[in-house]
Amino acid sequence: MSRVAIQVEGLGKQYRVGHAHGPRTLREDLVDLARIPLRRAKRGASLEDGTVWALRDVSLEVQQGEVVGIIGGNGAGKSTLLKILSRIVAPTEGWARIEGRVGSLLEAGTGFHSELTGRENVYMSGAILGMRRAEITRKFDEIVAFADIGPFLDTPVKRYSSGMQVRLAFAVAAHLEPEVLIVDEVLAVGDAEFQRKCLGRMQDVSRGDGRTVLFVSHNMDAVQRLCDRAVLVERGRLVASGTTAGVVGQYLARANAPSSAGAWIDLSSVERTGNGVARSVKARYWSDLDAAGCRPYSDGPLTVRLAIEAAGACTISSLAVTLYDTMGTKLVNADTIALGHTLRLDPGEHHVTLRIPELHLNPGVYIMGFWLAGPLATVYDFVPTGFELEVVPQLSPGLGRAPGDDGLVTCRLELVESD
Amino acid sequence: MIAPRAATAPSIVIRPPKGWAPLDLREFAGAHELLYFLVLRNLKLRYKQTALGAAWALLQPLLTMAVFTLVFGRLARLGSDGLPYPVFALAALVPWTYFANAFTQAGNSLVDQQQLLTKIYFPRLLLPLAAIIAGLVDFAIAFTLLLLVLAWYGIEPSIRLLAAPAFALLALASAFAPGIWLAALNVRYRDVRYVIPFLVQIWLFLTPVVYSSRLIPEPWRALYGLNPMAGVVDGFRWMISPVAPFPGAGLLVSVVAVFMLLTSGLYFFRRVERSFADVV
Repeated sequence: MSRVAIQVEGLGKQYRVGHAHGPRTLREDLVDLARIPLRRAKRGASLEDGTVWALRDVSLEVQQGEVVGIIGGNGAGKSTLLKILSRIVAPTEGWARIEGRVGSLLEAGTGFHSELTGRENVYMSGAILGMRRAEITRKFDEIVAFADIGPFLDTPVKRYSSGMQVRLAFAVAAHLEPEVLIVDEVLAVGDAEFQRKCLGRMQDVSRGDGRTVLFVSHNMDAVQRLCDRAVLVERGRLVASGTTAGVVGQYLARANAPSSAGAWIDLSSVERTGNGVARSVKARYWSDLDAAGCRPYSDGPLTVRLAIEAAGACTISSLAVTLYDTMGTKLVNADTIALGHTLRLDPGEHHVTLRIPELHLNPGVYIMGFWLAGPLATVYDFVPTGFELEVVPQLSPGLGRAPGDDGLVTCRLELVESD
Repeated sequence: MIAPRAATAPSIVIRPPKGWAPLDLREFAGAHELLYFLVLRNLKLRYKQTALGAAWALLQPLLTMAVFTLVFGRLARLGSDGLPYPVFALAALVPWTYFANAFTQAGNSLVDQQQLLTKIYFPRLLLPLAAIIAGLVDFAIAFTLLLLVLAWYGIEPSIRLLAAPAFALLALASAFAPGIWLAALNVRYRDVRYVIPFLVQIWLFLTPVVYSSRLIPEPWRALYGLNPMAGVVDGFRWMISPVAPFPGAGLLVSVVAVFMLLTSGLYFFRRVERSFADVV
């Protein structure tokens, strides 16, 4: 009964890097043209120079009605794979075959224009995503109800709050009903309530109507809830495939080494993105409690000392220490941008110490990541998953009982009144 | 509702691009609804937030006509083929204004909407095509203006005016063909954005808008016809003037020139469109 919906064989995508990237001017091409004889002369430097395989040798088969999660670090090639399957970019080698209509959702609000009203944008975006006019008209009320934008339907979208824009954009996308749906990380934005609504909708679509879904997300929680099966992409290659739980576990295990409090942890070889003007090279963390072995504990302080290597003089206007749970959900983002301080660094190694006075996390294992950005949001270095750290239980000052570990985070609690 | 379509939906095969490919007409025809929405969007955006809205479609040719009449008609005393100079100029300005706007917008259409190119698949040719079709609304308004000005000058409309759709089509093709060439080049070379206005300016002087094509010596007429807008403008003058001769050979050259430019443009566009999202 089951039919192959997506078949991918030996797919690869090669990009040229460096000066050849991005828009060019005619002058640059003419200069290059003039240099061809020169380049021929020094054949030693092969033509492969200055190219990089964003994706290589990827083979994959997805049955109709399956929901497959694609996971992997930043820059692993997940998005490239989705873009090829969406026919936005062409592969360099290999081939793929997809049965049926493909709808891809690589961004919330594709085709939205801020000058147009909500109503006009629903039609515009729907048409660009591949819906027929009659189909949009039929689902229009449902879409508007889903987006919950109330009386603003005929107001230009530029007057919407960003939350409303995102909701409307998702609502259109959520009503797309192709045979094959390709979704990239779009659930990363929008509030939690709405994310849950979208996940529920996607679940309905796949379970109820037997549609095939390819789903990329960093939210391991969402991947586990939604996907029957997952594949792991690393450095452009497909390195694992199997049950969602197994592959997610494998990914998190690869990504994170366990760490111990107080000692320096080497970050030089972890996966990262950014231009590298400044890089996080090592870090150590501790709490102030010897009894806990300096390990962080619930509601206690957490101090993080980060060694940054600057390749040149630079200014860091945003330095963030981020904590995720093991499902990859971002729980804490302690960013210096909130303090309004910038750090001016000369070339060389520098140490920065940050302190979170109260860590409102329940006991458990968490993942720490680091972010360094310059003015104008230039990303120097982004380490999404640096290492694992454990938050240990700690006696509460009140009754001497350990606080319950229900919920994602802790909070202060006072009993104000009781009748 | 979906199931029957699932059975008939063709499978999509994705391969590395190789060589030259003709236009996928079936896919293109299937996208007519998207084309409709893109045209509608262009129109809405054009008239939103402009104080005068559609009045621009009248003002642009009308004011240009006034300036041309003053400068070229009165001061330079250029001949106008027996027509009042304002009529002579407006008959050319109606197709020319359409051409200049449509060509400019088509040439910038891909770069202006690059966020679409990198996020979703659709036949890329729809973007320049939508730009050119949206311009037809302004064209229709301007053409009505031309008829009113003819009435004002007491020039009786002749049966020749029925040829208007044919000349409009030639104007459309004249804008579309170089438009897709430049749109595709624009993705790779941003210099094109600055080349387009310059090109339009030069093109105006190579087209008999302010002067009569009879100023061109006979042996050069055929060569002159290589500019398809020369054929269009002469065609428009022929439609309204009882004395203007049918452009004939020059028009034929124009049609052939457009056809060649369009065919080569379509092939070129198809050749490079698969790398748009990579280089934009």
